[in-house]
Amino acid sequence: MSKRIDVNNLNVYYSNFLAVEDVSLAIEPKSVTAFIGPSGCGKSTFLRTLNRMHEVIPGARVEGEVLMDGVNLYADAVDPVTVRRHVGMVFQRPNPFPTMSIAENVLAGVKLNNKRISRADADDLVEASLRGANLWEEVKDRLDKPGSSLSGGQQQRLCIARAIAIKPDVLLMDEPCSALDPISTLAIEDLIQELKTEYTIVIVTHNMQQAARVSDRTAFFNIAGTGKPGKLIEMNDTPTMFSTPSEKATEDYISGRFG
Amino acid sequence: MTTTEQSPDSKPPSDYGTHPGAAANHAFKWVSTGAGSLILITLAAVATFLLMEAWPAVSMPAAELGESVSFIKPEDGQSLLEIIGFLVYGTILISVIALLLGTPVAIGIALFISHFAPRRLAQGLGYLIDLLAAVPSVVYGLWGVAVLVPFLQPFYQFLADYLGWIPIFAPPESGEVFTGRVALSAGIVLAIMIIPIISAVSREVFLQTPKLHEEAALAMGATRWEMIRMAVFPFGRSGMIGATMLGLGRALGETMAVLMIISPGLTFSSHILQPNQHNTIAAYIALQFPEANALGVNSLIAMGLALFVITLLVNMLARWVVSRRSEFSGAN
Repeated sequence: MSKRIDVNNLNVYYSNFLAVEDVSLAIEPKSVTAFIGPSGCGKSTFLRTLNRMHEVIPGARVEGEVLMDGVNLYADAVDPVTVRRHVGMVFQRPNPFPTMSIAENVLAGVKLNNKRISRADADDLVEASLRGANLWEEVKDRLDKPGSSLSGGQQQRLCIARAIAIKPDVLLMDEPCSALDPISTLAIEDLIQELKTEYTIVIVTHNMQQAARVSDRTAFFNIAGTGKPGKLIEMNDTPTMFSTPSEKATEDYISGRFG
Repeated sequence: MTTTEQSPDSKPPSDYGTHPGAAANHAFKWVSTGAGSLILITLAAVATFLLMEAWPAVSMPAAELGESVSFIKPEDGQSLLEIIGFLVYGTILISVIALLLGTPVAIGIALFISHFAPRRLAQGLGYLIDLLAAVPSVVYGLWGVAVLVPFLQPFYQFLADYLGWIPIFAPPESGEVFTGRVALSAGIVLAIMIIPIISAVSREVFLQTPKLHEEAALAMGATRWEMIRMAVFPFGRSGMIGATMLGLGRALGETMAVLMIISPGLTFSSHILQPNQHNTIAAYIALQFPEANALGVNSLIAMGLALFVITLLVNMLARWVVSRRSEFSGAN
């Protein structure tokens, strides 16, 4: 259920503006890869090119290739809708569908595939996904209540349950804890550790301690100035990145001597 | 004041007394309360007026009323209450036709503008729709009579020829001229009239859909249409119902367009392709009012009361529909 990603010479444009320049990197299966860097350095933009979510913004386009187990996600025959069914995503702010119950939220993605799912299978899937997101014990008695009745941290875990219910190959997380309190953050970080035994996880974070705690490999993005494109500065095993980075910019950033 | 006892060394609250904004705040409170109550007072005044003025006609025996009011003919089965019955039926029939034809188109336009059209085209279309909402109804009526009805006649002929076995599409009696000045034409013109208002309101609601929820759907691999069903429609549900009710309100009360298009009649007929079968309350009142004597006016006001009650019921129904699942609404 997990795949490796190889990105080759990827440029991301918004219309004519080059937002991210010439990124090449590899993301290993069943591992956690963290993207760190200052605001506006293009790390979220780059993350979104991995499931083609950047295309939601009119005028956004890429050059280069993103290979998932060798298949180029930007080949002509590839449908972005299908890509997103294989690459799940969790957003910065929890976004369960407010008009759906907790159980319906978990099943939302599954129902999209038009699978006629039996009641018993649906119940099993809801339980498995919520257990997978460490939320089952907290919500098992109120599955028919609206998702918006949960706390922020619970809502975010519900979104993770929703994402893993469709059994994606890769799970992208765009600053999943930045709207959460420290206790909820800890719960999500523990969850990430459990999920990486099954999924390839890519996480964008502003929090360097978080990157150090949860990730196996870390990529540092930086930007030369406003209006300049973001670039990948370096990528390495997380302990190496945080102890002996090879680039001066990385060392400045992680030690707080930035800007 | 919550404290009743004062400690001996407390000071007078000279520094913490009134502040400069207090008077304006007080004035604002009364102005807004006054504006709010004005609505209630107006509504109560209208209701009282309708009830009091309608009473003389409603309470009078049918035969007696028929002698003094020219358009009430109890001997032909047209007592006041029966006429009101026919008119309520005609009003609702024509409005429902307008809603059934207009709402899907209006929602489609709103979705196209809010989620499918390129930004520049969407803006232009939006202005155009707003402009259409401002066209006076008499213009729609003229256009309906002069352009739309002749244009629709071959289509009606087709409906009558091939679907005439369905009761609602039954053709006119063989002797009658196929004029096209029928309930369906009135419904179509009303549909065109209510499309701008429904699509303008729905468009605003659709544009308010949180990006978060749209992206949540898209990131799960939803197509544009699936995203609209998962995120946009549920969020905009109460807004769409409100928009439809606004449209229904306009359709129910529309006078000129119906008056100019339809060949009026008073029946409970379901044949929307036959002339001289239906009329609406508003059009009927407008038609009879200039010639009506005192009791005639009372009778017409009774019909107005019926329209008032219908719109009130429609609005209450809409409120109820909207509030039914408010716990799950996009608002929380």
